[in-house]
Amino acid sequence: MGQRIDVEHLNVYYGDFLAVEDVNLNIQANKVTAFIGPSGCGKSTVLRTLDRMHEITPGARVEGKVLLDGHDLYGKGVDPVAVRRDVGMVFQKANPFPTMSIRENVLAGIRLNNRHISKSDADDLVEWALRGANLWNEVKDRLDKPGIGLSGGQQQRLCIARAVAVHPQVLLMDEPCSALDPISTLAVEDLINELKRDYTIVIVTHNMQQAARVADYTAFFNLKAVGKPGHLEYFADTTTMFNNPQNEEAERYISGRFG
Amino acid sequence: MKERDKGMAESIALNASQAGTVAADAVVAASDAAANASEFAGHTPDFSKFKPSEALLKQREWKSRIMAVIIGLAFIVAMIPLISLLWTTIARGVKRLNLNFLSFNMSGVIGGMPTPSGGHGGIEHAIIGTLEVTLGAMVISVPVGLMCAIYLTEYARGGKFAKAISLLVNVMSGIPSIVAGLFAFSLFSILMGPGVSNGFEGSVALSILMIPTVVNSSVEMLRIVPDDLREASYALGVTKSRTIVKVVLRTALPGIVSGVILAIARVIGETAPLLMTAGFIVTTNWNLFSGQMTTLPVFVYQEYSKMSVTCPPSAGFGCVASIPSERSWAAALVLIAIVLVLNLIGRLVQRLFSVEASK
Repeated sequence: MGQRIDVEHLNVYYGDFLAVEDVNLNIQANKVTAFIGPSGCGKSTVLRTLDRMHEITPGARVEGKVLLDGHDLYGKGVDPVAVRRDVGMVFQKANPFPTMSIRENVLAGIRLNNRHISKSDADDLVEWALRGANLWNEVKDRLDKPGIGLSGGQQQRLCIARAVAVHPQVLLMDEPCSALDPISTLAVEDLINELKRDYTIVIVTHNMQQAARVADYTAFFNLKAVGKPGHLEYFADTTTMFNNPQNEEAERYISGRFG
Repeated sequence: MKERDKGMAESIALNASQAGTVAADAVVAASDAAANASEFAGHTPDFSKFKPSEALLKQREWKSRIMAVIIGLAFIVAMIPLISLLWTTIARGVKRLNLNFLSFNMSGVIGGMPTPSGGHGGIEHAIIGTLEVTLGAMVISVPVGLMCAIYLTEYARGGKFAKAISLLVNVMSGIPSIVAGLFAFSLFSILMGPGVSNGFEGSVALSILMIPTVVNSSVEMLRIVPDDLREASYALGVTKSRTIVKVVLRTALPGIVSGVILAIARVIGETAPLLMTAGFIVTTNWNLFSGQMTTLPVFVYQEYSKMSVTCPPSAGFGCVASIPSERSWAAALVLIAIVLVLNLIGRLVQRLFSVEASK
């Protein structure tokens, strides 16, 4: 089952630069929440604070709270490495490990952590994760071939399988379809619809049709001007967002009359 | 097959004609736009002025031919010494290169007289010396160099301390080899008493020359590992140390191996520092840590500096006056062969672990 995320008064910095200002957001469990907004408004930045990937960038830091099922991810004594096991992430560019086979890629989360897993358990996990990512039927005969030998869409689904194989509560997706053709995009979107039964999903997308297709809730991020911090402008369920937005900026953005 | 080609050609033609009409529409639209735009912008520039003239094109063609010839010549000039070197070494080296030469040392060799085994002495002791001293240098410099490179790329990205280290490494790579030899000699003189000489001392001298090469090549290799992979690993809840060992190092491994092989190839032929540190003896010494040790380059130098021996009239038919220089060439050939074998091993390891080869 997925878990809910509550973001409270979140300020995100790169060094001294305030990139995103005062975000308050409630992400429902087992729903798909989409982040939309113009380039540079900080949607990816906010996404990366939800699994503490943001702080990998030198000088990056965060103020405020991110509560995963009531527990603050930025609380004292919280290990960012442990956070990332509960909150999985899929990136814009499919990034399977080039030195690993399809099978090893799926098991990477376990093997890289030096945890032992018996062969039969590993077989079960690989099949479960690849079935979950709608990839099993395409690759079951070549599990020992390298992951980078797959097509772009298959690679992205392999990355999703790799992420779900560590069994997170939440799955973050940073523009997962922006490098894919329409057919692969459709496959990933179908997959997102199935995955929300088991996970809470947050997806950043530039494609508003995609947000309308897959998301239950949509958050619109905006920035006042270049160089100014981004902020959460408007948050609503997707139907309201795209049919009857109660926010002028959001309406202008969605109807293409932006800027 | 033919019909399919024809069909394709037709469809391409059709597309082209459609594209033509579209383009024509675009032109009309563009001219409208231009009419509107001309109110704001001045007159359109005369683009025919910017077209290259016939003469210029001819000239360009000639320039291209001349440059091709010059580049070809430069390649040949660069190849001449290399081929000549290989040819000379092989031609002169094979004369004395046989199993006897490889399996005996120089003990009991008197002048140009043949030894009881039937040969004229050999380089068994020097091969052992070279392999042990170089292995010792590798054991010291690979961990130090690699960890230094990991610190520079993974931990201290661009900090002040990292910049200082990079600078020092670059300075270190310019140290003349004789100075490295002197350093190792003084270090061991302080630690183990004056004038001490052993194989490991040579390893230390060589490692001083090797570390900067290992650091620089490893840093290059670690830098080209995409950040995507590090992030992918972190996102799976993998710690930084395991990410470095199992993802970053593993991905960069083929490049690191070839860098190490290059570094070895650079130091394996060093003569001056080994003359000062490892010394020169005629017998076989297996112990890297005690007693002098002959290495191949030192052997080549020593034999070549003798040039020839005098054969007294009483010596008889078996005495060879030019034997030192012949041994020298044969030892040089063996040294080249060892470097070649090392390169082949490197290639093999590279292929075994490379990203593409696993396809």
